Amino acid sequence: MARIARTLLNRLGGMLVVLAIVVTVVFVIVRVTPGDPAAVMLGSDATPQDIADLRTKMGLDAPLIVQYVQFVLGLLRGDLGQSIFLNQPVTQALASRAEPTFFLTLFSILIAVSIALPVGVLSAVRRGTLFDQIVVTLTMVAASVPSFWLGLLLIQVLAVGQGWFPASGYGGPDTTFLVRLHHLVLPAIALGVVNSALITRFTRAAMLDVLGDDYVRTARAKGAGEGRVILKHALKNAMIPIITVIGLSIAMLVAGAVVTETVFGLPGIGNLVVSAVLRRDYPVIQGALLVVAAIYVLINFAVDMLYVLVDPRVRL
Amino acid sequence: MTTLTTASAARPFAASLRRLFGNRAILFGAVILLVVVLAALLAPWIAPYAPNKLSIVNKLKGPSLGHLFGTDEFGRDIFSRAIFAGRISLLVSLGVVCISTVLGVLLGVAAGFFRRLDAPISRLLDAMMSFPDILLAIALVAALGPSLATVILALGITYAPRLARIVRGSTLVLRELPYIEAAVAMGLPTWQILLRHVLLNLASPILVQATFVFASAMLAEASLSFLGVGVSTDMPTWGTMLASGREYMNNAPWLMVFPGLAIVFSVLSLQLLGDGLRDLVDPRLAKES
Repeated sequence: MARIARTLLNRLGGMLVVLAIVVTVVFVIVRVTPGDPAAVMLGSDATPQDIADLRTKMGLDAPLIVQYVQFVLGLLRGDLGQSIFLNQPVTQALASRAEPTFFLTLFSILIAVSIALPVGVLSAVRRGTLFDQIVVTLTMVAASVPSFWLGLLLIQVLAVGQGWFPASGYGGPDTTFLVRLHHLVLPAIALGVVNSALITRFTRAAMLDVLGDDYVRTARAKGAGEGRVILKHALKNAMIPIITVIGLSIAMLVAGAVVTETVFGLPGIGNLVVSAVLRRDYPVIQGALLVVAAIYVLINFAVDMLYVLVDPRVRL
Repeated sequence: MTTLTTASAARPFAASLRRLFGNRAILFGAVILLVVVLAALLAPWIAPYAPNKLSIVNKLKGPSLGHLFGTDEFGRDIFSRAIFAGRISLLVSLGVVCISTVLGVLLGVAAGFFRRLDAPISRLLDAMMSFPDILLAIALVAALGPSLATVILALGITYAPRLARIVRGSTLVLRELPYIEAAVAMGLPTWQILLRHVLLNLASPILVQATFVFASAMLAEASLSFLGVGVSTDMPTWGTMLASGREYMNNAPWLMVFPGLAIVFSVLSLQLLGDGLRDLVDPRLAKES
């Protein structure tokens, strides 16, 4: 128990340092804008007075170090700034668009894992067979397909062609959750299938690593059934690299969601970021970047903690 | 005598080539990539039309002998545009690989070789890798202003930590090897040890990782262009072609099929190359692919 507590504290310390760097990087990114960010945001029609007002509103008049301290203090209060174009706090803008992104990411990872785990395990167990070769080839091709292109093809075939799913949107504000889920099917397939490629390859590789180990041979020699050998002995020991890659995939899914949401017209955080970039709404870009990176750091932390639970030998 | 000397000198090279292209992944990858690169380089000679040549009478025509991949909403030849678009994609990806390799090697070697720098650089890399690639690139492009150069710079910065991680890991191993210890004991200047003994031995892992970064950069550039936050929409890239083609995809599916296939084949060729090279460099990994 003491070991787990020590591990937890160690990792917590590391995570806080990384989060502090993330905050600093995000702060710096907006400040590297050539020229005046306020002038860039308002465009060429803005008067000097408009620009000066916006500079004051964004706190850009203060020295850099003061801006940084104010930025960090704001974050500690849960304040990510104000979107100039949406005229609402960034936290509110992000929160109102979190649902589609959350469920899109969740369903995509579920689709990816439910394809990757069985296929990867089976491919490793039947190494060198036709099935294995097809899996290796297909994962290679799937990893080369841009998710937004697969999304466009799915819209064309399953939405426009067959009419089985909506081609875009997330239903109206008064629609039921089921209707909204229906809107998420195609984007989740587009993202999930592409990301399943990486997880399948890692699952196969991790399984191949352990299938030749002594304890697997011993289990077989003791007469354990093949299913028990694969699931109980091999897969359990192969889980650490698999959990790692699933954790990493979540970041990739969020990146993919930015583009996929645009293809499918989903009113999520990805769509918000793209429109913020086109409008140069820096506070929104900054806030979204920060929140997504923080979520990724937290997921990594959770994955590290899972290691300890999955494999008691692990000391972090 | 001369013949004998030449033959024996040629043998190791021939053997290396045989070993290289005996790997099916490398062979397939190299052939596809060669076609893409040649098509891009020879675009002005092999493209039947200028990429921006308008021909309204021919708008949205399906694939035919006159227009192999069909035409777009302005009657422009998709085949010609796809070939010219390859130039931008390859140029961007090559630029990204150069920037991320330089940054990645500097950071990775510094972290791996100098113990004091390891912790701060590693935490910086952890932080940089917490940002999803497209999102970080979008933010950087937004901050720096959209242009070909900023897309290259933004993606170069985004992918540098991936290379730095690999370089750091390999440098940590190299640092403990007897010949590096001997070089240090002999009093060789640090820069000489780094250049002669460390960097040279890092060439293989860097090459493998750079190939994967090349593939990722190609996908990322296509995504940025598709979103309209990358290079100018007037420039034909596979991403901008897909973005403008999607409005007409119900009636003219070829507008999205061919640029998409161009992306898939190019990225696939790089993945195959990267995989094959990795297996050659580290045969222990060969069983995994």
